[in-house]
Amino acid sequence: MSDLSVLYDAPGPRARRRNALYAVLFLAVLAGAAWWIYGRLTDRGELEWRLWEPIFTDSRLWTNFVLPGLKDTLVAAGLSMAIALPLGALLGIGRLSDHRWIRVPAGAVVEFFRAIPVLLLMLFANEAYFQWSSVTSDLRPLYAVVTGLVMYNASVLAEVVRAGVLALPRGQADAGRAIGMRKGQIMSNVLLPQAVTSMLPAIVSQLVVIVKDTALGGQLVQYTELRSTIGDIDNNFVSLLAAFTLITVIYVVLNFLLTSFAGWLEGRIRRGKRGTGAVLSTTTTDEMDVAGDVPGPPRLGKGPDTRT
Amino acid sequence: MRLRKASVLAAPLLALALTATACGGGGGDEGDGDGITIGIKFDQPGIGLRDANSEFSGFDVDVATYIAGELGYEPGQITWEEAPSADRENMLRRGDVDMIVASYSITPERAEQVAFAGPYFLAHQDLLISSDAETPTEESIGDLTLCSVGGSTSAQRMEDEYGANLQNFQTYSECLDGIVGGSLDALTTDDAILAGYAAQDEYAGELTLAGLNLSDEYYGVGLPLDSDRVDAVNEAITRMVDDGSWDRFVEENFGSSGYEPEPAPAIGSAPTTE
Amino acid sequence: MLDFSFLDLDEYDLFGAFWMTVQLTVASAIGSLIWGTVLAAMRVSPVPVMRAFGTLYINIVRNIPLTIVIVACAQVLAFRLEITLGAGPDIDDRNFRLAVLGLVAYTSTFVCEALRSGINTVPVGQAEAARALGLNFTQVLRLVVLPQAYRSVVAPLANVLIALTKNTTVAMAIGVAEAAFLMNEMIENEARPLEIGVLFAAGFILLTLPSGLLLGRLARKLAVKR
Repeated sequence: MSDLSVLYDAPGPRARRRNALYAVLFLAVLAGAAWWIYGRLTDRGELEWRLWEPIFTDSRLWTNFVLPGLKDTLVAAGLSMAIALPLGALLGIGRLSDHRWIRVPAGAVVEFFRAIPVLLLMLFANEAYFQWSSVTSDLRPLYAVVTGLVMYNASVLAEVVRAGVLALPRGQADAGRAIGMRKGQIMSNVLLPQAVTSMLPAIVSQLVVIVKDTALGGQLVQYTELRSTIGDIDNNFVSLLAAFTLITVIYVVLNFLLTSFAGWLEGRIRRGKRGTGAVLSTTTTDEMDVAGDVPGPPRLGKGPDTRT
Repeated sequence: MRLRKASVLAAPLLALALTATACGGGGGDEGDGDGITIGIKFDQPGIGLRDANSEFSGFDVDVATYIAGELGYEPGQITWEEAPSADRENMLRRGDVDMIVASYSITPERAEQVAFAGPYFLAHQDLLISSDAETPTEESIGDLTLCSVGGSTSAQRMEDEYGANLQNFQTYSECLDGIVGGSLDALTTDDAILAGYAAQDEYAGELTLAGLNLSDEYYGVGLPLDSDRVDAVNEAITRMVDDGSWDRFVEENFGSSGYEPEPAPAIGSAPTTE
Repeated sequence: MLDFSFLDLDEYDLFGAFWMTVQLTVASAIGSLIWGTVLAAMRVSPVPVMRAFGTLYINIVRNIPLTIVIVACAQVLAFRLEITLGAGPDIDDRNFRLAVLGLVAYTSTFVCEALRSGINTVPVGQAEAARALGLNFTQVLRLVVLPQAYRSVVAPLANVLIALTKNTTVAMAIGVAEAAFLMNEMIENEARPLEIGVLFAAGFILLTLPSGLLLGRLARKLAVKR
């Protein structure tokens, strides 16, 4: 967030006073809301210690419910990411192919799976594995969840990759051709690495979506992921509010770790590539969420725009 | 460039490794010969609940254990599966479970898709209300805001027959706080299920049953449509009632809640045709 | 293999359910656009507290599964804080409003980030020229930057809209009678998950594909040529 200050002048004394006033008013409103909520919850006895205590004192809550649920969430999310990323890249490249018979089917697959709710994809996958495979019933939910997530997210990632490649300067491909590279080489050695790096923020957001969407697996296909343990925790240990709060915090921390890791990774990749000048303007935690970052001349954003 | 090549290679390898661990961790004993898989509820106190130690308790669990014992399975050979209401027919059809004992009402529609043994229990649809609230009558149900679980037959009936305002959630627990706080008037489902919630520590003394017999729900043991076990299960249920085990299970699971169920219904007493 | 003979349109209000999906989508889309713009403005504003709030809000809300956000709207807002959003005693009306609120809270984070990336595409000179003319922060944003930003983010916003359409299925969790709710009820009654799933998937494709294509065309038309 270094210098969006291009949008406003350096504040003078009056502007600074006004900004301070805004800040105070804004904080007052926030504090008022927080105080009112706190009062309401206290009146209703929701904040009584006994309703929250087992989270900190009863290890069974963690070993029997939260941790197994977390493990299932991580397994499903990890598998989905590992399969969806390469598959999405393939589909994205397929949509850019010169050959109509590759481009059109790849496009159809992407558009089709992007149009259907993930919940339904999981439901179909579950039924398909029952009809046409010998996957045992205790593994089927995992397979169904992963399949549903892969089909949807690979399609979205395909669009991200495609947008990333299209956003690169034409000169990159031209230069590749000029030194005698074949089409496949240009894609794998020149375009894709740059596109993936520049689209990393969008890719990371999609990975966060994968982690969150595992929560749909508990709804119709009986996958025992993290969110589905809320009921058990509420039934056996704490109040519903406490159970919800606990699981929510875990999700936020988990996804925060994921974005931080991606930020670190991006930093590494960018350092390693210093001077090649292919990175679009990005910062770590400020990722955009959707494909289609449109390139342009020097922009209002932060970070050096080093494209040529 | 080297890093990128490596990462491209690493992704499928990681996928393989994860698959391997997933299989190693999850691959259970599916063998039909040396065990039995039974579908129960995991979230209904008194009926079928996964407790703090991740063990199972409740009336349906006791009944299922007894029947499995009569069929020749030790308690250690039983694998419990969660059987959510909407998925029960499918679980039997797919063979995910060998039988279902999960507050499973015998209805003509369901009897077309699964085989039922029993019934082993007779419950009635009822309302769970705040202890401070006035006890409603059947006529005043239309004025109430009721809560139930989306898609359940009891919820659909309340809306269609009584014209009640209906709030649907995904689990019964989500209704309870609304009732205690007054945003909702009542939770409706079978009295046996409601009794379990009323007896929970968290709501001690705050919730009570209205005592309206709005319907007859005959709980049966669900078996696959082509099952050859119906007679054996029926015999097991008869024995369970005759040797006093049934009364003991009722006492153990409903005793503390003050709920007194009907006597055990006769085998085959549930209506299976319209 | 697929047998649709169970389908009785008198018993199941298929069109009513999808109409509810459309209503949820439209109401939430408008709300998200407004709140998302406010959040984006906060994130680029000169007041540090607002910037911090915007960043915090986005990084928290975006990382929570939507199911939890929507259920929290009912459980926390309606039951515990007794905020009913001006809805009367009609519970369906209240749930609709709560679901829209949840969808707006969640979707606006994506709108905000799309907008911010759109703001990034506006050449620096535009804002500098505006400031040179003596416009203040809100004027720069309102008259110069945002109009250009909106044009360049039509495509990303179209993606957000499609995602939103599908995300309305989560409103089922608090009992809004939209498409997925009816689907659940039908699966419970008819026990034919595959046929029913195909039916509803087709419905969603009919809803999302045209809007995606239409907005894609609009995006190309509106894009600022540079």
